[in-house]
Amino acid sequence: MNVINYGQLLGLAWPEIILTVTALLVVAADILFLRRSSIRTRFIASVAIASIGCAGAILRLLHTFTQATVLGGVLVATPLVSLVQIALVILTVATLFLSVDSTFTDHVSEFVLLVLLATTGMLFLVASQDLLVIFISLELLSLSLYILAGFDKRSPRSSEAALKYFLFGGMSAAFMLYGFSLLYGFSNSTNLASIASAIHGQPLSPILIIAIVTTVIGFGFKIAAAPFHFWAPDVYQGAPVPSAAFIASGSKVASFFIFFQVLVLGLAGAEGNATWSHFHSGWVPVLVVVAVVSMLLGNLVAIVQSSLRRLLAYSAVAHAGYMLLAYVTHTQQSLAALLYYVATYSLATLGVLGVLSVTEKQIGNDKIADLAGLSRRAPFLSACLTVFLLSLAGIPPLSGFFAKFLLFTSVLATNPSSHLLLWLVIVAIAMSAVSLYYYLSVLKRVFVSDKPAEAPEIQSPVLSQIVVGLLAAGVVLLGCAPDLILTPILNVIHASGL
Amino acid sequence: MITFPWITTLTMVPVVGAIVLLALGSRNKVLVRWIALAFSIFALILTLVLWHKFNTVADGFQFQELHAWVPSLNIEYRVGIDGLGLLMLLLTSIVVPIGMLASWQIQQRVSLYFALVLFLQACIFGTFTALNFFHWFIFWELSLIPAFFLIKLWGGSKSAKAAMQFLIYTMVGSIAMLMSFLAIYLATRTFDFTELAHLAQSGQLMPAVVSTLGWRLFTPEHTAMLIFFGAFLGFAVKVPLIPFHTWLPAAYSEAPTGTTIILTGAMSKMGLYGFLRILLPLFGPQMQHVLTPLLWLAVATVVLSAYAALAQTDLKRIFAYSSINHLGYCMLGIFAVVKFTGGDAGLTSEKFAAMNGVFVQMFNHGLTAATVFWFIAMLEKRTGGLRGLHDFGGLRKVVPVFTGLMGIALFSSLGLPGLNGFIGEFLIFKGSFPLVTWATSISALGLLITAIFILGVLQRVFYGSLGEKWVHLPDLTLGERLTLVPAIGLMFALGLYPQLILGVVNHTAIQMALNLRNF
Repeated sequence: MNVINYGQLLGLAWPEIILTVTALLVVAADILFLRRSSIRTRFIASVAIASIGCAGAILRLLHTFTQATVLGGVLVATPLVSLVQIALVILTVATLFLSVDSTFTDHVSEFVLLVLLATTGMLFLVASQDLLVIFISLELLSLSLYILAGFDKRSPRSSEAALKYFLFGGMSAAFMLYGFSLLYGFSNSTNLASIASAIHGQPLSPILIIAIVTTVIGFGFKIAAAPFHFWAPDVYQGAPVPSAAFIASGSKVASFFIFFQVLVLGLAGAEGNATWSHFHSGWVPVLVVVAVVSMLLGNLVAIVQSSLRRLLAYSAVAHAGYMLLAYVTHTQQSLAALLYYVATYSLATLGVLGVLSVTEKQIGNDKIADLAGLSRRAPFLSACLTVFLLSLAGIPPLSGFFAKFLLFTSVLATNPSSHLLLWLVIVAIAMSAVSLYYYLSVLKRVFVSDKPAEAPEIQSPVLSQIVVGLLAAGVVLLGCAPDLILTPILNVIHASGL
Repeated sequence: MITFPWITTLTMVPVVGAIVLLALGSRNKVLVRWIALAFSIFALILTLVLWHKFNTVADGFQFQELHAWVPSLNIEYRVGIDGLGLLMLLLTSIVVPIGMLASWQIQQRVSLYFALVLFLQACIFGTFTALNFFHWFIFWELSLIPAFFLIKLWGGSKSAKAAMQFLIYTMVGSIAMLMSFLAIYLATRTFDFTELAHLAQSGQLMPAVVSTLGWRLFTPEHTAMLIFFGAFLGFAVKVPLIPFHTWLPAAYSEAPTGTTIILTGAMSKMGLYGFLRILLPLFGPQMQHVLTPLLWLAVATVVLSAYAALAQTDLKRIFAYSSINHLGYCMLGIFAVVKFTGGDAGLTSEKFAAMNGVFVQMFNHGLTAATVFWFIAMLEKRTGGLRGLHDFGGLRKVVPVFTGLMGIALFSSLGLPGLNGFIGEFLIFKGSFPLVTWATSISALGLLITAIFILGVLQRVFYGSLGEKWVHLPDLTLGERLTLVPAIGLMFALGLYPQLILGVVNHTAIQMALNLRNF
């Protein structure tokens, strides 16, 4: 039995510790000094403290770009994990900045606290290769997100969203835990590598199949893949904008990454084969089905949405479908493509919600019809919205195009002679063409339809404009010069040897 | 030595113009129009500078720029032009100002309209100069978006449907092409046109692709053919060849006439350019294999579109079909050059003639079709949007100058010797006849029918009895005459002294034809 080296454990958990302490500091500062101030001042102060903490965490992560493992995988540090963690913290900061001008709550410090706790959960989540820690950090993340979704107590929609999210989330957590417990029973270990070696070389038992399916259900819920997506439209629509942005960006990145790790590290040897002639059960066939259903359902249902947030939710389902293709091939290239995809996708989604946070406050809802003539009421925001939506649609030269290109090429490159992969990519490309329709129809409203009579110009707060502008610049820049992050991603994947 | 990035600059000029116009907004419509025109004239001047600096006897591409773009995927930003690219740049630079002048009377969302036109111009420039499939495809796809909105927002009553049909047809073709190129990329790990052409020349390209794909259900020949058809479909829709053409009459007739000018003058050349730059060097053996069906398609395009034009009563639809017909001659010329002739020197020189003819015809059709549609736009402006064949009659008596100048453009379209339209068609027929005799003979029928419907247009619109309504139709204003003079002058100049173009493109045409002989 290993002796626990607490010093090393602490050393690896520095970023998480920094975030937790920052969270406590935010609450303390708010309660002790800012009770009397206006909500805006309190938001600015809390977000400022939180950002400093996040910056500290990022610096620490940059500093420890090394390889280390505690307790055989309870907590690991590889360059890859550090890179993902940095991305998560950056997305958190962007979310916090977007929330500065919010008015939906007067529990300012609690809101920031929950965001930081959720981030801590995400950092632990991606840094673990142990089922128990994965589950605990996932719960820390989820519980924080449930509360964040229901944070607007004055809005019944928000409460409804939180309740739905909680009920579906609890259910899927139960499924996942059941799957994990079966895996533990099967292999006598919660460590991913040990589970893999227990599975390896054995015929697939029914218990293992149940474990695989329930695990996929649990994670499928987190990444909003069909048919586990029922919470997504309501949460995207009902939750306060910053919470929705956080759920749609940071939590997606973390879930996609850890899902990949669990499958590739923990269930190696149980991939199975989804081709017709060599069918062999395992998690690949399950994911093929989930991916195709997500692509079809997400894109087709998105067409008929009248609310931009719901449209975004269904497009999230569709994008989850594309990204699952990377799991089907699970090579280093496809992991790189997946990370590039999910990072740029998060930027674009965050951007759309950032635009919405400004417009909703003055228009009063997120109906696509009410965005009519937005280009004349808020030209800058409309231009940014165009960048985000076209990137989501995959129009060159924006990053969404390159992400799709990279993903589909990596999938095809794995085994060019596979008809299955070819058909999956054909479905994905055809469905991207469909998605162009609903994204363009939003833009048509914004640019072409006449603005309602007597609609005043939209007042956009400077900070929101800066954040949205930076996000748009990021989407354009990463599309024009993808090597800026693609090379680091490829390097760390090779270095980490996943 | 760092040379000046001419081509990137040229591509960026319209983009900058579009941004300026969008920032300006539509408050001052007159200013917006003049600024847009100024940017397109500036692009024309830059192109003329390139024309002047171009070395007409050098091999390969000139004004090249090469930058690593995505090194991890071996994607480079590489641009450059040869004679063909230069000719197409010049054509685009001439056609876009014509399109702008023809859209002068547009009143709604003026700045957006002209910004989209400039953006479209940048995409067309990008397509004609890119030497790496990756950003070539980006420009190719991107050009759809401004074109889609130009047709949809400023077009006629059925424009939404026409724009959607245009988008879907072209998208399907492009996706098929993308799949083919992904397969090629997976096998070769490069998107560079020159490298791919070298691989194809040495006969390594298709075997590599076939072994990478390893589809056991197909023989290697069939797999190669499938890859070829994917790429072929993308271009055949764009040109268009006849079974893939149904989007074109709707799009051309519903689009605002200024946009139609750019669609027919510059954008339709993108498909032909793709055939010359991509399909010929990469898929020569595959094309030779299915040459007979391809020739049938070309012949059908020439003859059927001419017949279809005969049956139309809307002037824009007539010249939409006429456009298909004229590009059909180019397709005939291209397929004739593909024919395997071994080392026969006599036939090789016929190939040079046909290839030169294709280049010249591409330019001339662009110029002539743009001018003809310009006249239609002026007619629409004067008559409140009427453009039916039977709406007019006897206009010769009230608008003699209009009649005379439009007559010149129509005769150029008909291929009258002495005007520019004749040169290209003559060279194509001269070169193709010995190579593919039967196809050329049947295609000659197209010439005859073209003459019939164009003379029919002249007769119905300008001769006969004058309608009551048109007695006070105003003739061309001085400004219109002055802007038309360069276009008409160019028609005569090229008709009488074709060396103006041939001198520049001849070397490229010979190179392209020679490269094909090696298969």
